Amino acid sequence: MAKGKYSTLREIWAFMRVHKRYWLAPIIIGLLLLGALLVASSGTTAGPLVYTLF
Amino acid sequence: MAPTYILGVSAFYHDSAAALLVDGEVVAAAQEERFTRKKHDHAYPRAAVDYCLAEAGITRAELTHVVFYEKPLSTFDRLLSTYLAIAPRGLLSFVRAMPVWLKEKLWIPGVIAAQEEYDGEVLFTEHHESHAASAFYPSPFRDATIVTMDGVGEWSTTSIAHGRGHELRVLRELHFPHSLGLLYSAFTQYAGFRVNSGEYKLMGLAPYGEPRYADRIREHLIDLKPDGSFHLNLRYFGYLAARTMTNRRFHRLFEGPPRSPEGPLTQREMDLARSVQVVAEEVMEATVAHAVSLTGCRDLCLAGGVALNCVANGRLLRSGLIDRLWVQPAAGDAGGALGAALAIWHRHLDKPRPRATGREEDVEEGVEDDLQRGSYLGPQYSDAEILAALASKDAPHERLEARALADRVAALLEDGQVIGWFQGRMEYGPRALGGRSILADPRRPDVQRTVNLKIKFRESFRPFAPAVLRERVSEWFECDGASPYMLLVADVAAPRLLALSDEQRALTGLARLATVRSQIPAVTHVDNSARLQTVDGRHNPRFAALLRAFEARTGCPVLLNTSFNVRGEPIVCTPEDAYRCFMHTDMDYLVLGDFLLDKRAQPERHARRPQAAPAAFALD
Repeated sequence: MAKGKYSTLREIWAFMRVHKRYWLAPIIIGLLLLGALLVASSGTTAGPLVYTLF
Repeated sequence: MAPTYILGVSAFYHDSAAALLVDGEVVAAAQEERFTRKKHDHAYPRAAVDYCLAEAGITRAELTHVVFYEKPLSTFDRLLSTYLAIAPRGLLSFVRAMPVWLKEKLWIPGVIAAQEEYDGEVLFTEHHESHAASAFYPSPFRDATIVTMDGVGEWSTTSIAHGRGHELRVLRELHFPHSLGLLYSAFTQYAGFRVNSGEYKLMGLAPYGEPRYADRIREHLIDLKPDGSFHLNLRYFGYLAARTMTNRRFHRLFEGPPRSPEGPLTQREMDLARSVQVVAEEVMEATVAHAVSLTGCRDLCLAGGVALNCVANGRLLRSGLIDRLWVQPAAGDAGGALGAALAIWHRHLDKPRPRATGREEDVEEGVEDDLQRGSYLGPQYSDAEILAALASKDAPHERLEARALADRVAALLEDGQVIGWFQGRMEYGPRALGGRSILADPRRPDVQRTVNLKIKFRESFRPFAPAVLRERVSEWFECDGASPYMLLVADVAAPRLLALSDEQRALTGLARLATVRSQIPAVTHVDNSARLQTVDGRHNPRFAALLRAFEARTGCPVLLNTSFNVRGEPIVCTPEDAYRCFMHTDMDYLVLGDFLLDKRAQPERHARRPQAAPAAFALD
């Protein structure tokens, strides 16, 4: 699965290059960071930080 | 050389399905809903894949290619672009949509690799490429114009392509948010039906109405160009930003709020249905005219959800724009699994198309069979498996050899009995074609109402389709071609129609339903049309034998054929599903392969509890 995730990230980058969709990069990075934060926050001290974001 | 096994998968939107090709030949294809018993199941089609592998007798490790039917990154790009274009509207929809993308849809190669324990590279075809491939490669045509139309796939909502030999070139595309499928779905939802499943109902409702809103649709909602391309006026639609298709401006335009699901059907809904149907047919005709002018080829292949609009298909065939028409029976997203696999075999691996029948004279006469094999591509059950299922229910049954069975069932049908008919392989696509069907005598005026209300538990206005012997079709319908997949609508032949009184002619709306208007009233819609299935016995000899036996007794080579399920339930797959559905409805007899079951002889404990069957499934 980890291999699949890296290859998907590579494909997203390739997609942005081929279709000249560089403006997607900040949105995707933001979403991925937020997603990672939400995953990390389940049952950790990062929780309060996430709550203040919303 | 080792065989090439290509697995096609469609999933995660609606109607998940799997299809398997062995050296380019379709060995199996099935929708996930049939196994999980969840209508329009969108989950990964694990059970359908298991079935396909079992049918081919291979394991997951032997798969040489796995292909997904669309490109999720392009869809993600469309979603983000749309949200950005309309921000801050759509924020709620954005927040709801993103988790499933971040969790699942963006990582489809990983999901598939994990599900299939597959080490190779997962391949992707474009959504409309999958539809186009599913329409062209199984068709009997060597050279064809291909038109695909649906709600949306990645960016595309309509595509025009040219297929020649095993080459398929996409020539034109129309992009989201301008979509005929979404326009039709908007009216479907506005009329109180569910998007992605209620479109058939809207189509069935249309003949009850008058097109009095058609001009309003043309004037305010759609700007149709001569080449069939069009622009929707997005000020009237809600689907960009919200989860509803229409907005208040739309409701004002059509003088009222949407009908609530299960609310009473009024003349207004019927007129709306007729109006959008008329406009949809105009768009399809203009698109096909332009497509034919681009390719110079008058044989047409159709796919995409809009191609299930058999009324429009019938009109296309009669328009003079085309010579022949072939529609993929699984025209919706389920068919994408088959199309994706075929696209890999012919386009990616550059393999030529086989001849379907291999008979040159058939090709010359234009009667070459297609490669869809009657769309009987799903599971079948042996006598031993059926017997085991019957034994587990202590179900009394009688075994008959094929000819005696056909004669007996024909006699029961003539006697007014309603029969569950379960034979051979399950159909791929939304239509039951004599593999998993409910059958009845179409000559009886009360049958339409009985089957709708007591057996299917669905709305009384919905029409039923006739299955007719291929060689008799022109004697009963205004059609002399084949329609093996029930995807064409034609009028009942004039000599079969009955004269109506002035009083009957003056009826409007649902009151027209009670009028007996032909010799086969149960399958004659209020506009004298019928959604035809022609049966030639090539792929379902038992069904053809039954029609012949019925004709021998009655002089009528036509049967009412509707899908073997109740409202909201997927079509039955296994003998157990069939027995359960049989016992929970007012069907009189059930035929499972060689076995005949009489309802009156069945154990009381399996019988229907009051309202059990309709309550068991969500409304469709």
